[in-house]
Amino acid sequence: MSEARDMSDVQAARLGAGSVLRRTARAFGWGLAHMLGILMLLIGWEVFARTGAVTMFILPPFSAVLERVWADAVGGDLWLNTALTIYRAFAGFAIGGIVGLLIGVAIWRNRVARWFFDPIISVGFPMPKVAFLPVIILWFGVFDTSKITMVAIEVLFPVVTATVLGFQGVGHELIWSARSMGAKEREVLWQVMLPGALPQIFTGFQVALPIALIVAIFAEMAMGGYGLGGAMMQASRYADSRGVFAGIVEIAAIGYCVVKLMSYVRYRLLIWHPEALAPSTI
Amino acid sequence: MRSTLIRYTPLLLLAVAWELTARLELVSSSALPPLTTVISAWLDLLMSGELIANGAVSLYRGAAGFCLACLVGTVLGIAMAWWRPVHVFLSPLVEAFYPMPKSALIPVTVIWLGFGDGSKILLIFLGCMLPVTIGAFNGARSSDQVLVWSARSMGAGRLRVLLDVVLPSALPELLNGVRTALALSFILLVTSELIVAREGLGNLIGYLGANGSYAPMYAVVLTVAFLGFAADRLFQLYMNRQLAWRA
Repeated sequence: MSEARDMSDVQAARLGAGSVLRRTARAFGWGLAHMLGILMLLIGWEVFARTGAVTMFILPPFSAVLERVWADAVGGDLWLNTALTIYRAFAGFAIGGIVGLLIGVAIWRNRVARWFFDPIISVGFPMPKVAFLPVIILWFGVFDTSKITMVAIEVLFPVVTATVLGFQGVGHELIWSARSMGAKEREVLWQVMLPGALPQIFTGFQVALPIALIVAIFAEMAMGGYGLGGAMMQASRYADSRGVFAGIVEIAAIGYCVVKLMSYVRYRLLIWHPEALAPSTI
Repeated sequence: MRSTLIRYTPLLLLAVAWELTARLELVSSSALPPLTTVISAWLDLLMSGELIANGAVSLYRGAAGFCLACLVGTVLGIAMAWWRPVHVFLSPLVEAFYPMPKSALIPVTVIWLGFGDGSKILLIFLGCMLPVTIGAFNGARSSDQVLVWSARSMGAGRLRVLLDVVLPSALPELLNGVRTALALSFILLVTSELIVAREGLGNLIGYLGANGSYAPMYAVVLTVAFLGFAADRLFQLYMNRQLAWRA
């Protein structure tokens, strides 16, 4: 009896080892296949630029662009510009996020606030608010204040909408159960409503974050000065196309990291939620 | 009628507050010209034809880039959901480029296509394509497997299944992606025209602002904002009509 069990254990272990190996190989294969697209794009870029079909001005080789990024990094410009852009995007994101959250809660809780803000939000949300940039420059000048204000305004609307939808979407059964078990209003708010609304609110933040970066870089381009957008615009004015492409590579990398970081934070914060088990959709 | 009036009273209040703030000189009149002045400046711009000429240029650029993006984005997204190799090849590219702040592409499109229409159309196309792709992909891959099987068992070919089952079931998510793209197209249009252009509404805003004619500048800003709003509302109407079968 015990011998038989031992045998089966050994067999299982052997089988397990085999399938683990196979699974690793398969995962590696798929991982490689996943890298293939990006690798082919980069190699294609390099080869195409080297053939001389287009001038160096139109498309500098990827290696030359990487050299330029490296030079920026060694010279320190890259870090200064990145830090400034991130600071502006995140300051605006934080202000817009917090104000948006508060307005959202006010709309949900208070009838007067709903009456006042609802039409403003529903009319303002689909508007391209970047068109107001010249107005904002007129009011706040061309320095950080106006850049951060512009970002905050764009971030505000998706966050408000998501907050209202999130709180309204919390199931009545949950609230009634909590109340019937003797929870006070405060406890219902903090322990039922807020966690229930959090996924939706987070989606709002996730929509707003790339917008914050887009607007920060656009504002830097329009106003000049330091920052990744400003550096790119300057390179473009001096017809320094390597500088322009270096800017794109830097900005793409930063955008990717920031968005990944956000979805990681979401995963950690919402690990109790069923969605954490679902496969990610890009 | 009356309920609409009550609903939009806050906007009316804001307009009155604007007018009063400007008229009472609480802020300098160059920073905030009175709303009535802005409206008359708008009428002047309309009469002189500047607004219509620049608006036509902007709308052409926006519409061309947006339509191209919808077409290519839909095809890519459905292909990704339908054929595994396409998905394996494209999804990392989509994942890498989706979070990229699209305004970074403005200088590059200018290097490639110059200051005219081409660079704006390319920018809007590149910027709007990925939201549509992702919407189409998520919609198409979540189509009900039972429906696909039933269609197949009733003798539908792969193409028939694609057109009659997968595409309609992808429609809600797809249209949501298109709506995101529509909002994005206005943002990209205005930003690119503000930064580098010779004509277009964005350029008109920048030009008027640089000349210090603030009332007309406000008029054009409000026009652009209204166009974005109207486009979104129209699309929402279209969406509701298209998705009416979903009950």
